[in-house]
Amino acid sequence: MTDTTTLDGEAATDEAQPRSGAGMTIWRWLAAGLLVALLALMAWGLRTRAGGPVESGPAPDFTLTTFEGETITLSDLRGQVVIINFWASWCPPCRDEAPYLEATWRKYKDRGVVFIGVDYVDTEPNALAYIEEFDITYPNGPDIGQKIAQAYRIKGVPETFYVDKTGQLRGVHIGPLSPPILDNKIEELLAE
Amino acid sequence: MCLLQAQRQAQMKQLSALISVLLLIALLTGAAYAQEPVSDDEVNAIAKHLYCPVCENTPLDVCPTQACKDWRELIRQQLSQGWTEDQIMDYFVANYGIRVLAQPPARGFTALVWILPVAGLVGGGLFLWRLLRRWQDRRPPAESVAAGEGAAPPDIEPEVLARIEQEVESRF
Repeated sequence: MTDTTTLDGEAATDEAQPRSGAGMTIWRWLAAGLLVALLALMAWGLRTRAGGPVESGPAPDFTLTTFEGETITLSDLRGQVVIINFWASWCPPCRDEAPYLEATWRKYKDRGVVFIGVDYVDTEPNALAYIEEFDITYPNGPDIGQKIAQAYRIKGVPETFYVDKTGQLRGVHIGPLSPPILDNKIEELLAE
Repeated sequence: MCLLQAQRQAQMKQLSALISVLLLIALLTGAAYAQEPVSDDEVNAIAKHLYCPVCENTPLDVCPTQACKDWRELIRQQLSQGWTEDQIMDYFVANYGIRVLAQPPARGFTALVWILPVAGLVGGGLFLWRLLRRWQDRRPPAESVAAGEGAAPPDIEPEVLARIEQEVESRF
């Protein structure tokens, strides 16, 4: 009975102010839409941040300009096994794996394997000194604007991504590589 | 005549030595001025507007990582080469992405960072204001409260209240 009275009272108020009621509905929808959009944005942000590196599916395409000025586009390398290594001169574990990476590159470079070094948030003089120090001969270039790092959602360096001959990602190694991890992976991908 | 010539030559030598010394002093002073080291404060004045690329939420001027030390050194070099603060900031954004900025620019997608809190405050304020007004409209007139049983909630009618009391009494 009380409810009916209250509802009737509300209905009477709404009828007395029809414009105000319509305006309120629009505002309510607008507020709800804004809230949903905000929640979607937050969910997207959380998913992107918490997702970790991409490990499977088509390898995100990118174009890297090396320190020598050469341009490399990942999608142009179909038919070859591609090893993408993210590194930085300030990163001690990168120094640990650098000799092994270079040795493995020299071992496989004539067997349809491409190595790409992506220098992550580094300064050019230090990066060049690093390349010289470890006598690195495979192509390396800076990740301008961190675009490649974002596409692969790396969490730090070093991280190494394996791309098969069809351009599909076939896993990621987080942390420094040590023998025979890379050899085994390359052999597996070359055998396909 | 020969004596005069010799004196003149000696004077010329002295003059050229003096000029050489003056030139040397000028050069050394100039070099010292050009190589005047950029202070940490000058570097940090710019670094505090940037964030560490490796650690989360750490301003560049206080971050102890090697990556940040390298970046601060880069800023020092750029300042010593006469770069302005804007040029340095532009360089960092172009090379390392917009996320290195401590304060995202109020344009494009990042403008949301500035707009959303204000919109949230305004929207929240409006919502509260409407809610309070509605509560105020629903409050019963003062006489109906007085007509009730004093401490009884205003929405409950006397008959309902009487029934509740009856029920309670019958149970205890």
